[in-house]
Amino acid sequence: MKTPVQTQLQQAIAAGRFALTLEIGPPQSPNPEPLRQKAALIKGLADGYNVTDNQTAVVRMSSIAASKIILDLGLEPVMQMVCRDRNRIAMQSDLLGASALGLKNVLALSGDHQKASAAGKLQGHPGAKNVYDIDSIQLIATIKGLRDDGRQEGGDPIAEPAPFFIGAAWTPLGTPRNFRVLRLAKKIAAGADFVQTQAVYDVPAFAAQVQKARDMGLTDKAAILAGIIVPRSAGMLSYMDRQVPGVEVPAELIARLKQAKDPKAEGIKVTVELIQAVREIPGVKGVHLQAIEAEELLPEIVKAAGLSPQDRG
Amino acid sequence: MIVAEWKPIPELLASLKGHKNVLLVGCATCVAECAAGGEREVLTLAPVLKMGLKDQGQEVNIITRTLERQCEPEFVEELSEIAPQVDAIMSIACGIGMQLVAERFIDLPLYPGVNTTSLAIREQAGLWTARCAACGDCMLGETFGLCPVARCAKSLMNGPCGGTRKDGKCEVDENTECIWRLIVERAEAKGRLEDLVKVRPSKNWSNSGHGGPKRMLREDLR
Ligand code: SF4
Ligand code: SF4
Repeated sequence: MKTPVQTQLQQAIAAGRFALTLEIGPPQSPNPEPLRQKAALIKGLADGYNVTDNQTAVVRMSSIAASKIILDLGLEPVMQMVCRDRNRIAMQSDLLGASALGLKNVLALSGDHQKASAAGKLQGHPGAKNVYDIDSIQLIATIKGLRDDGRQEGGDPIAEPAPFFIGAAWTPLGTPRNFRVLRLAKKIAAGADFVQTQAVYDVPAFAAQVQKARDMGLTDKAAILAGIIVPRSAGMLSYMDRQVPGVEVPAELIARLKQAKDPKAEGIKVTVELIQAVREIPGVKGVHLQAIEAEELLPEIVKAAGLSPQDRG
Repeated sequence: MIVAEWKPIPELLASLKGHKNVLLVGCATCVAECAAGGEREVLTLAPVLKMGLKDQGQEVNIITRTLERQCEPEFVEELSEIAPQVDAIMSIACGIGMQLVAERFIDLPLYPGVNTTSLAIREQAGLWTARCAACGDCMLGETFGLCPVARCAKSLMNGPCGGTRKDGKCEVDENTECIWRLIVERAEAKGRLEDLVKVRPSKNWSNSGHGGPKRMLREDLR
């Protein structure tokens, strides 16, 4: 039995509007103020706001707490949940708690390995023990069980279903590429309602993967939101092309930013063009837009890209 | 085989502080295969310890032995004559062998000389890589003979994470293959990619250490 779910994001998708999600990273501090300031900057723009769960394995305010804080400010959170730090008992308990707090969108992820936490400037916790009791696909199935089957993963009933709109991540251009559409199929079979992708710069390659998904009927079962990360410089793009798994950046795009007099402004132009291009791909139902460490640019980009609420249908 | 590696020498020296007669005992099985605790390593380590302690002003007499298998009581018994002559034992067998020695010679302090790390194979000369994590619910039949529990950094059950590097290596180590990439390639080579599409449900970990210390009882053998 499918439990009815109502979230702003789900309704936007169901109504055929072009959906927009943005991202808010919780602070490395118990002070909610920076979170509130970020939220104020981007409130009213999107259908959902991803709240990351100790991204790159760096300790931050919990995604549940941060989600609740922005919910109270009138932003609809997409609570991320990774499989690295909690077992199925803790995750289900947190899901019931999140539901009780009014959180309705949840995005299931494997999560960055704790070794990643020491990759940057921070020390992180590379000596931590990870959990990985269940993987992201099993987490999706577990959330679906709490929602549609009224039961926990172990089989015990829950008194009332937890109405979650279930999200997943997809790396369409990841290695090994010909498995990536099948991996998407698994996530959707497990229960994903919407999917946010890794950053898209190579639109034809992305479109080809979406086409395969469409041929398998996957785009009718779940909404694909194309990931767009605002490029700031040629250096950033070539780094992503070389180092970030699943991200392919066409050489022309890197050259274009290199030649630009004002790379930041050019990056915004590129972003607007990318958004318009993915919007044309049949099966793409929205975008997940990120401006890393430049959230103040988002209102301008959203407007320029025709993604203001009134422009999205 | 069970794979172990030497602890840092300063750690070994620190643990032997104050001892005068130490029995250094190795094992001729797994740890000999991985060049951590066999006869050769016992004979190499003994003078290193002796000299290291001497530099710190401590004279120590190190007696060396290498047992056929340190995880079998019959072989451990071979130490019973020498044990009364020492005031400490350092074992460079795996953690299993060490515990048997510690249990048999309960009055003597037992110091681990190695860290036991994995169930692995010697992939090339001088390179050992993990193969099994003793999960108690073997799924090799579904993954074309490649273990994602021990060989995927996240023990994923349903395919590769988004972190597989462009060259097919794992996100956590540029020298380690993404095992899921290899599983997918093997499936493809056999024309059975479809076999990997079925969602594998949450695993039952209770037949491994997660279900409490393993105790395998075979009534027919008692
Ligand atoms: S699936 Fe389990 S038992 Fe089988 S090889 Fe992997 S860890 Fe060992
Ligand atoms: S890159 Fe491959 S082996 Fe490494 S964690 Fe991801 S799926 Fe596992």
